[in-house]
Amino acid sequence: MRHIISILMENEAGALSRVAGLFSARGYNIESLCVAPTHDESLSRLTLVTSGDEQVIEQIVKQLNKLIDVVKVQDMADTAHIERELMLVKLQAFDAVREEVYRLADIFRGQVIDVTESSYTVQLVGPGSKLDAFIDALGSIPVVEIVRSGALGISRGPRGMLVPEV
Amino acid sequence: MELSGGQILVECLKSEGVDTVFGYPGGAVLHIYDALYQQEHVNHVLVRHEQGAVHMADGYARATGKPGVVLVTSGPGATNAVTGIATAHMDSIPLVVFTGQVHSALIGNDAFQEVDNVGITRPCVKHNFMVKDVRDMAETIKKAFYVATTGRPGPVVVDIPKDVTDPKVKVPFEYPEKVAMRSYQPTEKGHSGQIRKAVDLIVNAERPMIYTGGGVILGRAADELTHFTRKLGYPITQTLMGLGAYPANDKQFLGMLGMHGTYEANMGMHHCDVLIAIGARFDDRVTGDLSKFCPHAKIVHVDIDPSSISKNVIVDVPIVGAVKSVLTEMIELVNQAGGAKKTKELESWWDQIEQWRGMKCLEYKWSDEIIKPQYVVQKLWEVTGGDAFVTSDVGQHQMWAAQYYGFNKPHRWINSGGLGTMGFGLPAALGAKWAFPDEEVACVTGEGSIQMCSQELSTALQYQLPIKIVSLNNGYLGMVRQWQEFFYSGRYAMSYMESLPDFVKLAESYGHVGMRIEKPSDVEGALREAFAMKDRLVFMDFQTDPEENVYPMVPAGAGLNEMILL
Ligand SMILES: Cc1ncc(C[n+]2csc(CCOP(=O)(O)OP(=O)(O)O)c2C)c(N)n1
Ligand SMILES: [Mg+2]
Repeated sequence: MRHIISILMENEAGALSRVAGLFSARGYNIESLCVAPTHDESLSRLTLVTSGDEQVIEQIVKQLNKLIDVVKVQDMADTAHIERELMLVKLQAFDAVREEVYRLADIFRGQVIDVTESSYTVQLVGPGSKLDAFIDALGSIPVVEIVRSGALGISRGPRGMLVPEV
Repeated sequence: MELSGGQILVECLKSEGVDTVFGYPGGAVLHIYDALYQQEHVNHVLVRHEQGAVHMADGYARATGKPGVVLVTSGPGATNAVTGIATAHMDSIPLVVFTGQVHSALIGNDAFQEVDNVGITRPCVKHNFMVKDVRDMAETIKKAFYVATTGRPGPVVVDIPKDVTDPKVKVPFEYPEKVAMRSYQPTEKGHSGQIRKAVDLIVNAERPMIYTGGGVILGRAADELTHFTRKLGYPITQTLMGLGAYPANDKQFLGMLGMHGTYEANMGMHHCDVLIAIGARFDDRVTGDLSKFCPHAKIVHVDIDPSSISKNVIVDVPIVGAVKSVLTEMIELVNQAGGAKKTKELESWWDQIEQWRGMKCLEYKWSDEIIKPQYVVQKLWEVTGGDAFVTSDVGQHQMWAAQYYGFNKPHRWINSGGLGTMGFGLPAALGAKWAFPDEEVACVTGEGSIQMCSQELSTALQYQLPIKIVSLNNGYLGMVRQWQEFFYSGRYAMSYMESLPDFVKLAESYGHVGMRIEKPSDVEGALREAFAMKDRLVFMDFQTDPEENVYPMVPAGAGLNEMILL
């Protein structure tokens, strides 16, 4: 099963490579990985998407927790959560296709953010499945390139990931 | 107090109570060596190869329970240390390894003797640090010792660019009294509800088995384990790493389990109804084929590392905590329960075990002509009163040492179980001897393994470390040859060395005593003579049966109940 795992790590050099190294060394797969600073300068937040059976996911969470720089790990599957991903799609767009792209973007609540005589670039936000659906819907419209941020996850409700006290 | 980085490092070592650094100098660590030179509190042992330094510190750590400390230079110094670091990592041995690094301004430029130490060691350390500013030195070192020695222990590398130890740059120094890390807070105390549940299962067991590993030794819980086991009267078996945590000469001890474990231990595992796993990690050398492992058992697992639990084998009652603390609570509850309940069933369980024991699986064919390696180990036990520190290398000799030297105390059996590093035995023995100069230290090795770190014979002379080397020279990379005999129809590819050195002369050339022993009748005399030479390192080159095999054996892919017996 697909899992979104959120990780708070000490904002130290090399933190990302510890996570990436763990996954390659232990043969876990990473579908996507996204890292950025948070409102707390001392922390960075990683969101990764992986898949595996229950036992594998349990090991992944434990192994992540074992990394000394990891402050907190949360498997989003354990809580009600929201998933979002950003996708930018550059399409070849001539003549009638231009109309079609516009319409599709609208249906998916996307925006056209760059236009040339021969291309459109569409920005789309949503859960991964929605982005996949958009790509499917493009049908025969030629894609020049696609760039996706990888999924982000956040729990529903008022509470955030708790940083343990020292 | 204003100090340079090098001086700070030395002061930190003093504050941590470090008496010895094992190391080897080079450009990137010269400032540190200069600081070490100008003080008298911390000793330095100069090895002959950085791998030797790490194994020595490792042997010191395993024998004492204190962290071992290493200092090596950048580039090749650090890469040479990697095998030692990985060895310690696999067996959870606390080490703090300082590696030199090129000047900060040069990092990333392919500078002379530059290698990414933090990157190279990342997968084989518990944690690593780079000190980027001399002002962070003291706190980083404090953290390094804290991380290395707490929770599930392990090696920590501290990489130090040369400019950080510049003697001209002095900063105020204060060693932090305490360290607290929000991201690292190992669990000591087990969950009381789980402990209760476990004890309930344990005291009601009809065919119980206690299975313990290196965690009991690392967690200094041998006394608690002994008490617990005796109180229950249950059979106990141990992994290669766990030997010594329960006295081997006790009737409840069934010997080692696993690939070369005893018949009674492995059959006991296979047929038990409650398995009590303590400080062990269900390694593949222990479990055999996982699908056939302990098919009838409910499993209790106590370990300080949550990731060890349900990694290979899914357990019924997991308890995360320090084994000492958990065992103490368990003993209390077992006492309250009045000990084991199923006395009648236990009696027939013991009858069954005695039948298995009756197979005498460790018996071997005696010969008047040729020395049997098992016999040498048995005689070593007799001559040392069963009380020596015994290190080993890796191969058949390692298994024979584990099988035939009954360890009655923890910390005395020192070997590379997890990584299986040939070359470990000699330097590890020197580290143990350095820590306990008045105790007997023997290194059981093979003619293959000893050549992987034999340069340390020179270190042994320099520091007067009169260990005894018991080389079971079968002329083969015996363990490889055994597998080739069993599983490759006897095609002995590269398991035979055409030209071995004259080990007697080798020992002599390093200023030690060498002996070559060829006849079974000379074994005991040679050992006695060697151990009588209290202040000399003696290299005993025993010419042993070249084709002797290690029995019993669970072949790869088999269950523990499918053993090959002699
Ligand atoms: C560094 C290293 N290289 C290779 C091996 C694989 N290996 C395991 S046992 C063994 C043979 C060891 O020979 P020897 O030291 O003579 O011991 P014996 O088995 O003959 O007692 C080898 C090559 C290893 N464990 N470590
Ligand atoms: Mg050999």
